[in-house]
Amino acid sequence: MDEVADKRKLDGDFTELYRTHLRDVYSYAYYRIGNHHDAEDITEQTFLQAYRHFERAQRESDGRPLRPWLIRIAHNLAANYYRDRSRRPQTRLEDAAVVSALHDTEELVEGRQELADVLEGVAKLPEDRREALIMRFSLGMDNKEIARALDRTEGATKVLIHRAIKQLEQGLKEDGDE
Amino acid sequence: MSELGDVEALLRSALTPVEPAEGLSDRLERGLSEITDAAAEELADTELSAMRDPRNWGRPVAAAVVGGSATGALVLVRARQRQKRRQAKGLRALEKGVQDVAAEMRRRLGS
Repeated sequence: MDEVADKRKLDGDFTELYRTHLRDVYSYAYYRIGNHHDAEDITEQTFLQAYRHFERAQRESDGRPLRPWLIRIAHNLAANYYRDRSRRPQTRLEDAAVVSALHDTEELVEGRQELADVLEGVAKLPEDRREALIMRFSLGMDNKEIARALDRTEGATKVLIHRAIKQLEQGLKEDGDE
Repeated sequence: MSELGDVEALLRSALTPVEPAEGLSDRLERGLSEITDAAAEELADTELSAMRDPRNWGRPVAAAVVGGSATGALVLVRARQRQKRRQAKGLRALEKGVQDVAAEMRRRLGS
């Protein structure tokens, strides 16, 4: 009967993981890929793969959060997506949610272009920098989590994020000067 | 605020988390349901094969319990409904297998 209890707990834990991180995985996929249709496919595949390997991942996690593991699956799937289809990331302001943080009408009109520029700048960054920014600013992951997801040290992750922001800032400045 | 801070604030606004459409959850639940169905059926098939060996005859109850658990706890409504249908099929097959083995034994023992 222990086996039954273990299986029930495992399924319950997976359900919890799914409910807690569906939005994280979807947001990551959306900002990586740039369109809802393919982001849905990546999200779906991520959870199906995660379910298959959940028992081992849970065993090996040693009590650490599983979000980095989940995002790493999505990362690999997104990498395959680009490799298989030779696509470049697209990032558009096609979704109202992107500007939902801005309420004032005047600010919205001004802010829309500014945010579009930021998203375009993020899309131009090298893949690892782009990913680190998505994990930090969309998913709110800390350096430790991002390091696990990208299989880097915390120190290297901190440097990666700093350089990504600097490069983005530089790009925005150059575009503004033109 | 420093320029770096400005960019960070812009990034937070630009990369607002995006809620997935409801249709995605439905598709996902269907996919998970299919996986758990397949696992339950595989388990039932494995147990049926094992029942050919008389040393394993004490196991059908355990197999039924484990097969049941493979479909039980995932709190996804559609997955549960589909799994239950498939599980019932798997258990009926298991029951029939046990009956076949028992009949075969009775025949061999000449009873």
